[in-house]
Amino acid sequence: MIEFILKRLLSGVITIWFIATATFVGMHMVPGDPLANAKAMKPEIRRNIEARYGLDKPVWHQYGIFMGNMLKGDFGISFTQKNRHVNDIIREHFPVSALLGVMALVIATAGGIVWGALTAVYRDRWPDGVIMFLVVIAVSVPSFVFAMLGQLGILAFNDLVGASLLPVAGWGTFSHMLVPALVLGLGTMAYLTRLMRSSMLEVTSADYIRTARAKGVSPLRIFFKHQLRNAILPVITVLGPSIAAITTGGFVVELVFAIPGLGRYFVQAVQQLDYTVIMGTTVFYGAFLVVMVLVVDILYGFIDPRIRVAKSAA
Amino acid sequence: MNNPVTFSSTDFEPLQRGDQADVLVRPSLSYWQDAWRRLKRNRRAICSLYLIVGLLVFSFVLPLVADFDPVSQDLTQISQGPSLGRKSLVVNTTPWQGIYADHAAHTGPLSPVTGLQLYGEAHTESVRLAWQPVPGAVGYRVFRHLLRPSGPTDLGLPLGETEQLNQVFFEDRLKLEPSKYYYSVQAYSAGGDVSDYATLRVTPRHAIGVGSAVQRGLISSQNPETFVGEEVELKRHLLGTDYLGRDMLARLIYGGQTSLYIGIVAPLLFVIIGVIYGGLAGYLGGRVDEVMMRFADFVIALPFLLFMILFRVAMGIGPGESGITPMLIALVVLSWPATARLVRGQVLQLREQPFVEAAQLMGGSSHYLIWRHMLPNVMGVVLVSLTFSIPTAIFTEAFLSFIGMGVAPPTPSWGANCNEGVKSFLSHPHELLFPALLISITVLAFNLLGDGLRDALDAKMKG
Repeated sequence: MIEFILKRLLSGVITIWFIATATFVGMHMVPGDPLANAKAMKPEIRRNIEARYGLDKPVWHQYGIFMGNMLKGDFGISFTQKNRHVNDIIREHFPVSALLGVMALVIATAGGIVWGALTAVYRDRWPDGVIMFLVVIAVSVPSFVFAMLGQLGILAFNDLVGASLLPVAGWGTFSHMLVPALVLGLGTMAYLTRLMRSSMLEVTSADYIRTARAKGVSPLRIFFKHQLRNAILPVITVLGPSIAAITTGGFVVELVFAIPGLGRYFVQAVQQLDYTVIMGTTVFYGAFLVVMVLVVDILYGFIDPRIRVAKSAA
Repeated sequence: MNNPVTFSSTDFEPLQRGDQADVLVRPSLSYWQDAWRRLKRNRRAICSLYLIVGLLVFSFVLPLVADFDPVSQDLTQISQGPSLGRKSLVVNTTPWQGIYADHAAHTGPLSPVTGLQLYGEAHTESVRLAWQPVPGAVGYRVFRHLLRPSGPTDLGLPLGETEQLNQVFFEDRLKLEPSKYYYSVQAYSAGGDVSDYATLRVTPRHAIGVGSAVQRGLISSQNPETFVGEEVELKRHLLGTDYLGRDMLARLIYGGQTSLYIGIVAPLLFVIIGVIYGGLAGYLGGRVDEVMMRFADFVIALPFLLFMILFRVAMGIGPGESGITPMLIALVVLSWPATARLVRGQVLQLREQPFVEAAQLMGGSSHYLIWRHMLPNVMGVVLVSLTFSIPTAIFTEAFLSFIGMGVAPPTPSWGANCNEGVKSFLSHPHELLFPALLISITVLAFNLLGDGLRDALDAKMKG
């Protein structure tokens, strides 16, 4: 088990290094230079600014500095916002995205498990049909359309109640988060519902279920204790990739609902060609995702003994 | 099968030596024929197939048959909903001389504005209002609102104040549309007092100035004045127009070309690359396989959308370029490892299969092995993964264009259409609705077709 964790940790570190390098190379392929947007300046001023950002050094030297700073956890200073540290930007905006993501993930997982279990229980009857139809809709409609519909829904709801119970956009209170989190989690919820359904159906025909039924265990107990617990396992494996989907999916939701998260900030930084912010955010997100997948993998090893055995045997 | 079978005694005679026994023949079906037969029985998948063909015809054949112009702007019809045709009144656009009245002197609170009425017919070139003078007023303020004003603080857009002391009229020529407006007029005194307002509901009809009607070729340029007061047919926009007055239908057709092109060509390219890469890794095996798959794992670990955006920035889009190629390249560069993994897994499994070992034993060359055994057996899985990759690619294009990081305007794509439609979603929902609907239908069709193909080909999607 420890060897497995160490191996995964090592490959995680190399992956983060790869992401950082790819980001660096990508940003240096950008035509033009970061000071192109600025006003015309005297050559000596330009030289000063270049020296401040280390742009006067050769590329490999810049790469060395970039990597060194990265190791120290220092992402540099923003190009467009004077004296604002990228670390501060991430520290300020990431918790917003993370909170939204966690809420979306909770909604998605809970919804996925409940709906998936329901479809399996009512297999081939109308609840199954209705839920699976909604699932197909949910994976076929782009997320920004759901975001717009979500806003429209808020408007209609407020109109119906006659008071502004749910804010249309912005951030701060729980009521701000509700609809964005729902919209954000919708795609993942649909995916998890599908997964849960097939996993439940697989479990239903397992021997231990038949045994339990034969020895007269109550149907409710079979459902919760035998079926649900075993069917949930595959859902946990995809939580890692789901976190990735939800964090990046946050872009649109943050844009539409005007939420001050890191995703919206990233899009802004790209539009303004803010090199350090783009690089810092990409590396940070990449590292975050790698760590998340790692954590889920290790957790899964603890939860499902079969995986542990298979992994250590391999 | 339901035909009654009649037997005669000859049917029961024993066969002579040398006679042929009855042979039960079933047409021999290849794997693909069999899969096609199973797919045909899946009604949802076949409907989806027709739908996809229909969408391809819509985007690629329709513009060959008829002339659709996604670029030209129809400034007389901006953000108009779908319709079979609109008529417009030809009017003179000379400014109104107006109505003037003397104002009696008066001190103390102003009495409310009265007698607010339309002067002549209201149309989208001008709405002319006039009212009774209020004693003591030194001027009037005119407001326009889309909803009925609920109070003096809710009168809507301030259009202006009257300029001369005795002026009791106002002509509104500001971006009028053929929909409902509430005009409110308020008098004010030298001391700054304001009177109660009067409100009038006006629904202007669509009109076009003589000059612009001639310019657009709607009326002849000889004696254009004779057409004033007549109705002319405007250019027809079946699905309405967007916020710049461009034909929605044409935008959607050409947008479909972009979206479907990226959505189909990108997966095709990265699936081919993935097959070659994964096949090679699986076939060579050992160290090479390990190194190759390690690299693929790294590429998979890159945060997809972030790098799509990064690539687009890195490649840059020059003026006049559509931005389709950079997106295509970025999609291919970032997406191939999934297919590579899948194919490698399949090849590893196949290598152990008895029929491959037998072929190897009998001296089949690697060329023969690959083309005869490996590729055909991998194709099923590859086809299914290709079908499922298309919706993802279409979504990615739509998403990036939606946040303004996709194709460069004015290139239409369904995602870009959505981006433009969002701005006026509440007042003109059709501008977002149509492209969003097309994206959804396309993605739905490919998803259902993918499901059908997976069942028909019995492909286990395990890497």
